[in-house]
Amino acid sequence: MSDQGFMSARLRRGDMTPGEKLWQMSWSLVFWICCIFAFGLAMLYSAANGAWHPWAWPQLARFALGLVMLVAVAVIDVRLLLRYAYVFYGIVFVLLMIVEVKGFVGGGAQRWVDLGFMNLQPSELMKPAVVLALARYFHGVNMEEIGNPAGLIIPLAMVFIPVGLIIIQPDLGTALLVIAGSGIMFFMAGVRLWKFAAVIATGLAASPIAWTFLHDYQQNRILTLLDPERDPLGSGYHILQSKIALGSGGLFGKGFMAGTQSHLNFLPERQTDFIGTMLLEEFGMMGGLVLLSLYIILLIYGYAIAFRCRHQFGRLVAIGITTGFFLYFWINMAMVMGLVPVVGVTLPFISYGGTSLLTLMLCVGLLMNIHVHRDVHMGVRGGFNDF
Amino acid sequence: MSITRDSDWSKMFTRRAAVLGGAQAMLIARLVGRMYYLQVVQSDRYKMLSDDNRINIQLLPPPRGRILDRFGQPLALNKQQFRVLVVPEQALRVGDTLDTLAKLVDLGEHERDRIKKEVGRKRGFVPITIKENLTWDEMARIQVNAPDLPGIVIDEGLTRFYPHGENAAHLLGYVSSVDEADLKGDPLLQLPGFRIGKDGVEKVYDLALRGKGGTSQVEVNAYGRSIRELERQEGEAGADVVLTIDERIQSFTGQRLGEESASVAVMDVHTGDLLALVSNPSFDANAFSRGLTTEEWKALSTSDHKPLINKVLSGQYSPGSTFKTVVTLAALEHGVISPEQTVTCNGHYNLGSYVKHCHKVHGSVAMVRAISLSCDVYFYEVARRLGVDKIAAMARKFGLGQVSGIGLPNEKPGLIPTEAWKKATRGERWSPGDNLNVGIGQGDVLATPIQLATLAARIGNGGVAVKPRLVRPTVQGNAPVDEDPSAMFESLNIPLPHLEILRQGMFDVVNGPPGTTTAMAAKLRFTDPEKKAWTISGKTGTAAVRGLTAADREAQKRDPESVPWHLRDNALFISFAPSHAPRYAIAVVVDHALGGGGAFAAPIARDVMEEVLRLDPSRKPRTEEQVASAEPVSASPPPANAGARTPQ
Repeated sequence: MSDQGFMSARLRRGDMTPGEKLWQMSWSLVFWICCIFAFGLAMLYSAANGAWHPWAWPQLARFALGLVMLVAVAVIDVRLLLRYAYVFYGIVFVLLMIVEVKGFVGGGAQRWVDLGFMNLQPSELMKPAVVLALARYFHGVNMEEIGNPAGLIIPLAMVFIPVGLIIIQPDLGTALLVIAGSGIMFFMAGVRLWKFAAVIATGLAASPIAWTFLHDYQQNRILTLLDPERDPLGSGYHILQSKIALGSGGLFGKGFMAGTQSHLNFLPERQTDFIGTMLLEEFGMMGGLVLLSLYIILLIYGYAIAFRCRHQFGRLVAIGITTGFFLYFWINMAMVMGLVPVVGVTLPFISYGGTSLLTLMLCVGLLMNIHVHRDVHMGVRGGFNDF
Repeated sequence: MSITRDSDWSKMFTRRAAVLGGAQAMLIARLVGRMYYLQVVQSDRYKMLSDDNRINIQLLPPPRGRILDRFGQPLALNKQQFRVLVVPEQALRVGDTLDTLAKLVDLGEHERDRIKKEVGRKRGFVPITIKENLTWDEMARIQVNAPDLPGIVIDEGLTRFYPHGENAAHLLGYVSSVDEADLKGDPLLQLPGFRIGKDGVEKVYDLALRGKGGTSQVEVNAYGRSIRELERQEGEAGADVVLTIDERIQSFTGQRLGEESASVAVMDVHTGDLLALVSNPSFDANAFSRGLTTEEWKALSTSDHKPLINKVLSGQYSPGSTFKTVVTLAALEHGVISPEQTVTCNGHYNLGSYVKHCHKVHGSVAMVRAISLSCDVYFYEVARRLGVDKIAAMARKFGLGQVSGIGLPNEKPGLIPTEAWKKATRGERWSPGDNLNVGIGQGDVLATPIQLATLAARIGNGGVAVKPRLVRPTVQGNAPVDEDPSAMFESLNIPLPHLEILRQGMFDVVNGPPGTTTAMAAKLRFTDPEKKAWTISGKTGTAAVRGLTAADREAQKRDPESVPWHLRDNALFISFAPSHAPRYAIAVVVDHALGGGGAFAAPIARDVMEEVLRLDPSRKPRTEEQVASAEPVSASPPPANAGARTPQ
């Protein structure tokens, strides 16, 4: 009891040793992440027709790196996260600008920076950066300030300036993900609904103008969604082939490595965006339900962590990250099933891709950090008593 | 203050989190619903689409059945042929490859244009035929130079081959590519390059010979490239058809006829087995399966010897004096004249104001002598007494005026006129003069060589209604099938004494004394020492063709060569042998010969008959040494569709 009291106080003050922090970590969450990843690894193995190369092995190495990063991020003092949230945001923003300028100078659409050992996509990192920045912002303001429309200008700018950069990359999927994820953080921070209506109305009014800024292929994707028969051999072809593949998988699937459509190249990008199709083809609806259940478990952990957290920053970070997971997998799965247009969104922990996986592991690390530091008493600017 | 703020926050947070969670739950439910719809409700549809996507069904053509003679000697078989293909994506530059190839095999400018066009139209991995029917030399040259010929593939296939070339072309028919009109039912017919029987046995037994196509289910990827074979269902090779023909006799007869325009049918008098069915001149059926050139086709189709027509079945001839056999039997049946009763031949016969001539003045002739001398006056008198209908009834008993039923295409029925027939077709009454013409097998009477052979066979076998047949019903290897000929056919109920009289007459025709062939009698004897005592019985016929004027007739008597070929008389001879125990019957018709049946048709019949009796195919199997020397038979499996065989 006294131990617990002692522990509790130390938890509140956040002065835990790294060992205590490891003890506090939710290893069961790590287990579930590993489960999802194992599922994905199997699919990558299958996508290469039963080979560790070229996808499964590099992905496994990155996952190992990601696990280390997860733990490392989880034990950082949450107050440091709060304190340096804007700095992190700023660094990612600069990286994004560099890619932008490089792309502009090079004349091609390059989305990544070469770090030597991997290609980093700043737009991916922008997602946790925005989450941290928004959480930092809303942690420091009170209800009255949130009620003041002028107080929303800064966070809106924090969202829409990078979104603009991402759109012109062009990476419509990531841009929409950032907007949707941020919107939910605004909502959870207590922003009034009519303000959302105002923003959406403004967005809709601006959309004809925005439409003209979209690339032809982006316009095509949206038009194809509205009328899939419009272009059966172009973008519609991918959706149709995806539907044929997973539809033919039936209830129980064609069996591991026995997916015919995916293996015969009827599917584009079977190791990244359309890996879900392959999963559904090979494991059928049952496999799909297992995957969905794993994701739901992840969502439940996220919500539980958000509710259990005693500080606003932590709650918002947890909600932001959980929402990010949700948006990722929902949009990807809806895409392969032809519910939403083909946008380049990956299936979390399953799709092949270094930045995507490491960003996700970083996000899990942040979530875990919030869980470890759930009771830390935190002031407006991250101090103990700076209310 | 902080407490109030915290509780406000958490109330709002909880409320909004519930909304958010609810919305997410609904969206996830939407995913599950969609999954259920696609993977359970619509699953069958997508499975079908998926198979359509990836499975390409290719037909495997079965090897065509062979056509064998009665001893299993192939008359039509499949020969391996080689063709050269190019796979454009493997050739670095198709133009260069073709240049190199043109140095090795003959490649026309026209062909090169066609290849280039096809290369442009088809996907890179689809092989394109450059040349078919490569000679062995050409193939060897290509193989040797293979390293310089990237993308060049040699492919083997089967092509129809008739080892005996022209000797049985009419009988066997030929195979040729499928016409639009035939394109129904069997999917095999859709295969490019597939050949079906177009005439003769190839046509009649096409379905049996064709076999059943196999299928190969090939998995293809999104680009249509074959990945692997999923399932292979071997087809059924076409069945062999075994004919009653003896290739040796067929070939011998064809060679014996040489340049003549003539038809010969050789038949077993008991079983009806056709041992040879020759129509001369012939054509090379191999050329048909290869594809004829325009010149070849012109030469064949415009020749007045009509090489494309199977005259044994489709040639309708006035039987001439050979028909006197039928008249004789009718006379005996109806008793219009006794065998001993004589008729006086003055060289002409008067019926009212109507005068008919005999080819000689025979004086007083009785029946046997009338047959052996072929006295027209005697048969004018008999025919007058009988009337046409009684003669017609007897003629039909012996198979005249109706198709033989061997089943080959384009067989003609011939014509045996009756009073009713003339009324119906010409609206005229039958005149007594018409009877006279029928009596000597002229006028409207028409018969085909195979009918004449049947007639001879039915006389020879003692009045049994034997029917010619071309296909052996059952055969175990080379062994002759045990059959009881007496049970196979019904009797015609001709009293034996009547037949004896006729056969005596027919014996005398050949062997005298004194027959029309007196001069020929020695020539018609068998030379084979074993068969010296054996004899042929037969009946000659010399039939005027329609359109021959009296003036022409006179001219022909003086100098046959002065008459245009197509107006000269046809020479006929029907016979059976050996006379003492008839086994084989032969009918020979020589078109527009320079003389009568005795001089022009009978020697052919004798030579063929001697060969038939020597070989005796109805009783003796083909000897081992002969079988061994026969060509080996190709039974290799068919080539798979070229696309499936192309190395990936």
